[in-house]
Amino acid sequence: MNGNTWLPLLVIASSLLPGLIIFGLAENRVRLRIALNLVGAIVKLVLVGWMLWGTSQGLHYEMRLVLLPGLELVLRAGPLSLLFVSLSAVLWLVTTVYAIGYLEGSPYRSRFFGFFSLCVTATVGVALAGNLITFLVFYELLTLATYPLVVHRGTEAARRAGQTYLIYTVLGGALLLLGTVWLYTLTGTLEFTPQGFLSEVGEEHHFALIIIFVLLIAGFGVKAALVPLHGWLPQAMVAPAPVSALLHAVAVVKAGAFGIVRVVYDVFGMEFASGLGVTGPLAWLAAITIIYGSMRALFQDDLKRRLAYSTVSQVSYIILGVAIAGPIAAIGGVVHLVHQGLMKITLFFCAGNLAETLGIHKVSEMNGVGRRMPWTMAAFTVGAFGMIGAPPVAGFISKWYLGLGALEAGQGWVIIVLAGSSLLNAAYFLPILHRAWFREPPDAWPEEHDFGRKETALMLLLPPVVTALMALAAGLLASAPFSPLEWAKLIAVREFYQP
Amino acid sequence: MGAEVSDIPWGLVLILLPLMGGMACFLWPRVTTMLGLVTVFGVALSVAGLGWQILENGVYRHAVGGWGAPLGIDLYADGLSLLMLTATALVGLGVSVYSAAYFRREDATRFWPLWLFLLAGLNALFLSADIFNLYVTLELMGLAAVALAALTGGKDALGGAMRYLLAALLGSLAYLLGVALLYHGFGTVDITLLGQRVESGPVLWAALGLMGAGLLLKTAVFPLHFWLPPAHASAPAPVSALLSALVVKASFYILLRLWLSIFGPLVGEEGVDTLLGLLGATAVLWGSVQALRQTRLKLLIAYSTVAQIGYLFLAFPLAAAAGVTAWHAVIYLAFSHALAKAAMFLVAGNLLRFGGHDRIADLDRVVQRLPLTTGAFALAGVSIMGLPPSGGFIGKWLLLEMALAQGRWDLVVVMILGGLLAAGYIFKVLGRAFTQAEVTHKSRAVPACMEWAALLLAIGAVLLGFLAVPVLSVVGIGDPFGVSGVRP
Repeated sequence: MNGNTWLPLLVIASSLLPGLIIFGLAENRVRLRIALNLVGAIVKLVLVGWMLWGTSQGLHYEMRLVLLPGLELVLRAGPLSLLFVSLSAVLWLVTTVYAIGYLEGSPYRSRFFGFFSLCVTATVGVALAGNLITFLVFYELLTLATYPLVVHRGTEAARRAGQTYLIYTVLGGALLLLGTVWLYTLTGTLEFTPQGFLSEVGEEHHFALIIIFVLLIAGFGVKAALVPLHGWLPQAMVAPAPVSALLHAVAVVKAGAFGIVRVVYDVFGMEFASGLGVTGPLAWLAAITIIYGSMRALFQDDLKRRLAYSTVSQVSYIILGVAIAGPIAAIGGVVHLVHQGLMKITLFFCAGNLAETLGIHKVSEMNGVGRRMPWTMAAFTVGAFGMIGAPPVAGFISKWYLGLGALEAGQGWVIIVLAGSSLLNAAYFLPILHRAWFREPPDAWPEEHDFGRKETALMLLLPPVVTALMALAAGLLASAPFSPLEWAKLIAVREFYQP
Repeated sequence: MGAEVSDIPWGLVLILLPLMGGMACFLWPRVTTMLGLVTVFGVALSVAGLGWQILENGVYRHAVGGWGAPLGIDLYADGLSLLMLTATALVGLGVSVYSAAYFRREDATRFWPLWLFLLAGLNALFLSADIFNLYVTLELMGLAAVALAALTGGKDALGGAMRYLLAALLGSLAYLLGVALLYHGFGTVDITLLGQRVESGPVLWAALGLMGAGLLLKTAVFPLHFWLPPAHASAPAPVSALLSALVVKASFYILLRLWLSIFGPLVGEEGVDTLLGLLGATAVLWGSVQALRQTRLKLLIAYSTVAQIGYLFLAFPLAAAAGVTAWHAVIYLAFSHALAKAAMFLVAGNLLRFGGHDRIADLDRVVQRLPLTTGAFALAGVSIMGLPPSGGFIGKWLLLEMALAQGRWDLVVVMILGGLLAAGYIFKVLGRAFTQAEVTHKSRAVPACMEWAALLLAIGAVLLGFLAVPVLSVVGIGDPFGVSGVRP
């Protein structure tokens, strides 16, 4: 045991321990709770930074714990893990700041922040998981930790949303477990390996492998909101804004998409999966989800619901990029994992600000809001342009590589999907921007809170501005070292070109 | 010092200590709680001593009075016995700490002696190596358990206990007849000797039928579970915890021992294992569906026990090909279920104490105001649902893996469905933790040790998920699964 073994564990513990302590705190220990939250988030960020630096120096971080003979809990810092874990660490810090501002004065905060920390713990565990069983452990923990967040408000609607969420995710978890055990009986290992670990499995099991693929994708697809498994996501919008932000940008939805990336790249292996003929249907499913999500988003007046359907659509870009089965498309898909997170969290923060400051929940109430809250709406605008795929925001990079990759892989139809989706994105985001900036504001806002000369509380305003800047930077500085794009290239090289 | 510890006949202490403690409770009723607690702690320490002995020297054997089998009584403990004793000690500790605060004076004077006798019966049962002693301990345990179930003396409790008494007596009687047949047929009651002497024939089959039926009845396997829900649901919470966590496991333990050493090798391949598997599968589904339909928390938990016992029997049809792994899965499930289910019943007791009722639909406020108790229920639920990381997950993973490897899709479907239904009934309760209903009852405070006892047991069930390797290597001491585990 040395530092290289302990570091992944410490990354997990840096949110688990504060979470457990927070559960035990009395409701009125506000400052201690804030301190614990922030210290945990900052320590995690530092540890992740250390791990990134170490990995670039050629160090290898791995921790193993034997569950059963042959079955181990493995935490490992590979390139794909680091991409996701960095995203989680950065966005957790930002979201914590936001959540502290957002929930000021509301009841049950110890419970909320306790589960909030557990949720991040599970996400980081998912990111660092070095084999499928470890992934499964944290994936189930994620389900359990997010349920209380979804039902946090305790209303009848929240209870029903929670129930729907559980039905979907528990079913998904069961499929996943079945697929995992089955795979284990065929291979005797579950270790994530670049280019997969199934090439040894004999011909006669190929049909079983196809079914296992379907089981695993269905299990992850529930959280990734692949159509037709997306039903829980719009309902889960009853949760408080920081939860929605976290759910959509890093935690739940992303964990599902990340799982699909893992299954295709590190379990089946790109080549083997396309040999089985399973990537084609997956690409189609992703394409349908992209178009369907955008279409539904078009008709939502509720701002958060519109954003939710937009997530349904955007997350499938990642899956599409993976399923096209070409190296350049893979870069586009993997990098969108980060880009979508930055942009979507910005949008949700802004939606939360509108609701908290002015009581605006609907798109139709947003006339002229840009004049009342310029900074918030500026951040929103950056996020929206990113979603549409306009340069220089990060979303453009993803779409560019996806389109290029599709052409390179000889799948021109994807271009039509991308173009159609961009049009639809524009159709549901531009009217919002038009209303916000160019229409006259109403005489009175639905429910205005006074923040003096500022447009809203500083802790609510800073997070979206920061994430919007990051989304811009990820687009502008895409070819700088350590940028998400460079990492994604590294991952694609590992999957496609290394022997 | 080390030599002295290893010379003490810990097995004997494990039986005599609770017996004497129980009698002391009768003699000095004023200090009964204190006596009881001290005794249970002493028993836990003795289990640790025995465990140390077994780890050092291997299988433990003690001829009481120096006579030895076949004339005298032999105490015998291998890894399997040790595990069951450990489970008993852990659950016993948790329930005892809880009970110290739960029972008021009058009930306490009745509870503690009975519980200590039950403990003596359980320990003796896990230490017995012959089928007649097993009968005696089964009877001792059964009578103490029935008396405990009737403790509060209410109408429900007496009705439930009466049914329980009849089932228990009928079960032991059938078992005793089987013992008589085997003794007559093969001239010994020692399990190891019987294992060497038995041969297939009408005597064996008749004995199997009688003993099997008796033990299945006592273990409450579907369709012989009818007595369990009323008895477990109407008893006081700590008693329900003991009955569900330990007492049903004890009769299952006898069945497992007999199967491994006597019946399994001879009749295993003639469809009996399939029958047991079928009963288990039906129990999983039936118990879970019934649990989901209940409106009272304690009944829900009781039906969950019916379902979870079903899982134990799923291993029988798989064992022929999978051998030791099947029994490992069973042991793990039994152990983690003991901890988790005890925690759940203690939680039910807390909620009952706090809100004055256990109607699930009205639990809203109660659940919210006892966060530790709710946490205990959630953690125990994780193990019951078989979600990782928990002891329940390890057991179900092993079962699922074997079923898939052998292409037993029927069992796979049963296990997956059972897990989903379990999630359904666990969250039926947990879903209440977050809603904002009005306060309708005057609440009573729950002592901290009652909340912590439940929570610690539940945490134990979760921690078991990380201890599979050491636990299973200890279970293997003395090769308890050897006889039918490895077939040529």
